[in-house]
Amino acid sequence: MTVLAFTLLLALGSVFAGMLGALTGLGGGVVIVPLLTLAFGVDLRYAIGASLVSVIATSSASAAAYVREGFANVRVGMLLEVATTIGALIGAFVAGWVSPSTIAILFGLVLLYSARQSVRPHRHVEEVCPPNALSARLRLDSTYPTAEGEQTYCVQRVPLGFTLMLGAGVLSGLLGIGSGALKVLAMDQAMRLPFKVSTTTSNFMIGVTAAASAGVYLQRGYLDPGITMPVMLGVLVGATLGAKLLVRAHVHLLRTVFSIVVAALALQMLYKGITGTL
Amino acid sequence: MPNPTTRWSDERIDQFIGRVLQIGVLLAGAIVAVAAVAYLVRYGAATPAYGAFHGEPANLRSVTGILQGALTMHPHALIQLGLLVLLLTPIARVVLLLGAFALQRDALYVGIAAIVLVVLIVSLAGLTP
Repeated sequence: MTVLAFTLLLALGSVFAGMLGALTGLGGGVVIVPLLTLAFGVDLRYAIGASLVSVIATSSASAAAYVREGFANVRVGMLLEVATTIGALIGAFVAGWVSPSTIAILFGLVLLYSARQSVRPHRHVEEVCPPNALSARLRLDSTYPTAEGEQTYCVQRVPLGFTLMLGAGVLSGLLGIGSGALKVLAMDQAMRLPFKVSTTTSNFMIGVTAAASAGVYLQRGYLDPGITMPVMLGVLVGATLGAKLLVRAHVHLLRTVFSIVVAALALQMLYKGITGTL
Repeated sequence: MPNPTTRWSDERIDQFIGRVLQIGVLLAGAIVAVAAVAYLVRYGAATPAYGAFHGEPANLRSVTGILQGALTMHPHALIQLGLLVLLLTPIARVVLLLGAFALQRDALYVGIAAIVLVVLIVSLAGLTP
């Protein structure tokens, strides 16, 4: 195929990736990486670079579009971001010593379990925390917009969330993909945030985490203009559209979509781990 | 939690940061879109060869290289430039939030944001030539 055809097809796929990313709090890498490596036969390193672009584009474009809705909790995001960025540095650092295949398999199994957890009937979100809770002292509790007006929620099990984020950061530093899924899961399952708060806060965080890796990727030559250009443009469009849809989307539908995407990511990881193509 | 009607309420800050991100994203997108046209005009009929990893030429892998290339209007360098602008947006978000926390006199979160910023700068240190 020609460069033009490649560019247009990739851009189209990226629009889809961007929309999905904006709706689920993921970075789009789960679509971009297999699209590039399996459909277009591109080398994995270029695909990882493209995934990075997709994550940053999704994060900033969706934030620009829906920040005025007031879903994301920037204090939670900023606090947890300390964990993820440090984790990402650790991950990138130890990448040479650890077998990526083993990590990928473990990661895949964790994700499969989590995908199932995400769609189970959910208990009611806690509105008020015990007065001396860590989340109250860190001023993490907040509100989010619902059809009935602003709804308060309590952020729970902060130390657990922080630890999980550290792990998420290490994994994304090692594998270059998937930190968004873990972030949403940690916030949703461990810290019991409302689903749309988890996804929008994840969106905020993945951009920062990705920016931390960007320097390394650029230096290593993973970012090729012929690939990053259509990915960036496509994802920017898709994420903007997705962010506008988010407000009206039903949470149950979002959970189902999220679950399917996470399961797809899990299968990808298991495949890569088992066949050793990492 | 600050009173929503105070000058720098969370809502107002979110709006402001959202605007800045919007401008950053549009700017990055515009640079890349324009460069894309030039790129496709020049290379559209060629065959993409990404199956083997060659890495990028040195002048597309460093900030100074990209800036120099952009001055000569080379499409590849311009695309990378747009990418750099995009890369700045999440960093700008952290910087702006740090400022916002400072305006809210929230020392704890100024500290937290500062830690994130330091880690970011440390890891981006590999970006300079």
